[in-house]
Amino acid sequence: MAFTRISGTGLAGAFALAIAFGATAASAETSVSIGFQQEPTTLDPTSDATAAIDGIITHNVLESLTVANESGEVLPALAESWTISDDGLTYRFNLRQGVTYHDGTAFDAEDVKFSFDRAMADDSENPTKGIFDPVESVTVIDSHTVEMVLKNPDAFFLFNIARGDASIVAPESVDQLKTAPIGTGAYRFDSWTRGDRLTLAKNPDYRDAADVAMDKVVIRFISDPAAASAALLSGELDAFPGFPAPEMLPQFEADPRFTVTMGSTEGEVILAMNNAKPPFDNVEVRRAVSHAIDRAAIIDGAMYGRATPIGSFYPPHGPAYVDLLDTYPHDPDTARAMFEEAGVAGSTMTIRVPPFPYAMRSGEIIQAQLTAAGIDAKVENVEWGFWLDEIYKKQNYDMTIIAHTSPNDMGNFARGKSYFYGFEDPDFTDLWNRISTEADPDTRNDLLRQGQEYLTENAIHGFLFQLPRLGVYDARLRGYWTASPVLYEPRASMSWAE
Amino acid sequence: MSYFIARRLAGFLLTLWAVSVVVFAVMNVLPGDPALTILGIDSTEEARAALRARLGLDQPVILRYLDWVAGALRGDFGESYSFGVPVSGLIAERLPLTFSLALSGMVVTVLLALVLGITAAARHGRPGDWGIMLLSQMGIAIPAFWLSMLLVLLFAVKLRWLPPGGFPGWGDPVAALRSLVLPTAALALVQSAVLARVTRSAALEVMRLDFVRTARATGFGSRHVLWRHVLPNALVPIVTIVGLQFAGLVTGTIVIENVFYLPGLGRLLFQSIANRDLITVQALVMLFAALVVTANFLVDIAYVVIDPRLREARG
Repeated sequence: MAFTRISGTGLAGAFALAIAFGATAASAETSVSIGFQQEPTTLDPTSDATAAIDGIITHNVLESLTVANESGEVLPALAESWTISDDGLTYRFNLRQGVTYHDGTAFDAEDVKFSFDRAMADDSENPTKGIFDPVESVTVIDSHTVEMVLKNPDAFFLFNIARGDASIVAPESVDQLKTAPIGTGAYRFDSWTRGDRLTLAKNPDYRDAADVAMDKVVIRFISDPAAASAALLSGELDAFPGFPAPEMLPQFEADPRFTVTMGSTEGEVILAMNNAKPPFDNVEVRRAVSHAIDRAAIIDGAMYGRATPIGSFYPPHGPAYVDLLDTYPHDPDTARAMFEEAGVAGSTMTIRVPPFPYAMRSGEIIQAQLTAAGIDAKVENVEWGFWLDEIYKKQNYDMTIIAHTSPNDMGNFARGKSYFYGFEDPDFTDLWNRISTEADPDTRNDLLRQGQEYLTENAIHGFLFQLPRLGVYDARLRGYWTASPVLYEPRASMSWAE
Repeated sequence: MSYFIARRLAGFLLTLWAVSVVVFAVMNVLPGDPALTILGIDSTEEARAALRARLGLDQPVILRYLDWVAGALRGDFGESYSFGVPVSGLIAERLPLTFSLALSGMVVTVLLALVLGITAAARHGRPGDWGIMLLSQMGIAIPAFWLSMLLVLLFAVKLRWLPPGGFPGWGDPVAALRSLVLPTAALALVQSAVLARVTRSAALEVMRLDFVRTARATGFGSRHVLWRHVLPNALVPIVTIVGLQFAGLVTGTIVIENVFYLPGLGRLLFQSIANRDLITVQALVMLFAALVVTANFLVDIAYVVIDPRLREARG
């Protein structure tokens, strides 16, 4: 009896040891394991807005005619070159020769026409169908030339068609986009264990295959910040490009095994005010709110100091940026006097906050700052589905905090009263129309400066800070993007240092 | 006995039906539009309308419910709004993990609790008893997610014996087992704390009875008396708590799956609610409800097996 019990324990012990030391994964020098907080629902960027789909699939598996680089410049992708007519209405794209899809079929002009027609169709479910609005027609000239005619000039057209929403797909494989996309990119889709990981494998037939260092890119889905941190520290992950918790970064900065990055994004974080609803239809009240806000305190408290303040609705790294940070200096007494003047001192204002850490933390700090200026401020944390329905769709709110992550999105202020800002001014709409159709970059930048000045002058919203892109990387990793000018990031340039 | 089972089965079906109505109603009054959630804030109303039409969301609620019931009766739980694949496939993919986790959690919980509880009872009032009670008090006080983080920091980050999370699938059994060790421990350590206390007090209760003294007087060793005479007679309250804990274990896996980023049903439920994926939420909640009702049913059967006196009463 005693003997069997001892051997039983011995067996259990040996088993436990085998489990503990059984397989230690050796990280091969041609594969990289990247953490994502959000998991895609499907893998089709042309029918679902989930940002992770673009982060994984766009310009890795699927390609578009053009592509943006880390500075946001437009470069050729499937279109080798293009010419634009003098009136800015006719685009002629010369497509790359000899490109094949991952299933071996050839890429040609018909695929471009098919992809654009599909996105523009009446029953299209494209998440940014609006970028195709200016397109009048898509015509195949020959097997590798396509002509697109626009209804009106569009300064952002080449940038917009680089997006995942304008991915070029083949009619033969369009049905499997959601689960196993087939494209022309440097990586082909390999496998996806939902909830755990997605694997991309190098496409040996890619045009620049010799320059692609990683044979395998493994994306792991880890939503919990503490778990993400443990996965990096234990060596399970090599990179976490959108690291969700700024408060956990100091331990990585102190550790020579890691590189911590802070890059820019196109995400302006605003304290949106419902311009259609009293008291926010009064510009003096909105200006008072702007005086009540202390950006430095918000950035320190909500982002642990890791963000750049903004004074208007334009990214500080953009070419047309104007510094308007001092228009409404932080001053609770001025704010209080202005609230009293407008007859709203002591009234209740509710901030409905979506479930993002930057928003929830900013909400509490702004609540305290408004209270200091004599407003009875309340914070209501709401869930994302609720936010979309009640705030975005039904405009049922006083104030909210949200990051607008799309590039060139000053046009939001020209979307009319039915957009959740509840704001409309024909002068601004006119200005935006000039911006979006202006072909000359210098003139366009001048107009963009006017736009920023207008938005700040009228204090349409409280402008808080530019959302940073925080990343934690293995110190030996090279070739990744620090900034995030677009939702996608090509992984073909990644490599390990010698 | 057959009357008892038939009554139970009717209750089972009634519960599932009630759950389906409640979930459908709640998901419909909850603000949120699946099309807007999927296509995002830059989408046009036109594209959202096209998606709603394809998903059948433009139909009246009652009609959609009846459609769903008709499908479910044929074993077709529909296609997920957000994932775009059949719900039954999504669940089948993830069930093995959640099932393994709940099962291993349950087994370890029960074994640990019985050993600790009986040992404490045997050392009643002595340091061993205090030590075990102190530990179990800590187990009750510590939340599972916090214990999980401590386990990860020690065994994955510091010692690097075990992976910090994830699940490689059963294709590689050793790796799969390795990845279940920490989640199982986190689940079981907390759950067994309560059960150990119940076991201890139930055992103490029985140890006071005459037949235990008689057994000892007959010359059986104290270990034999404890495991063969005391434990079987203390089982009814223990099984009751195990049954109640099963529901806790199922919900506990939701938290554990998030901390250890395991691709199980809990995370699927979490994601589906956020995506307003009504059809997936519906199937998952029904499944959880079925599991809990089945567990309660098994507990009732277990009573009858453990305690022959109940057989008469339940007829």
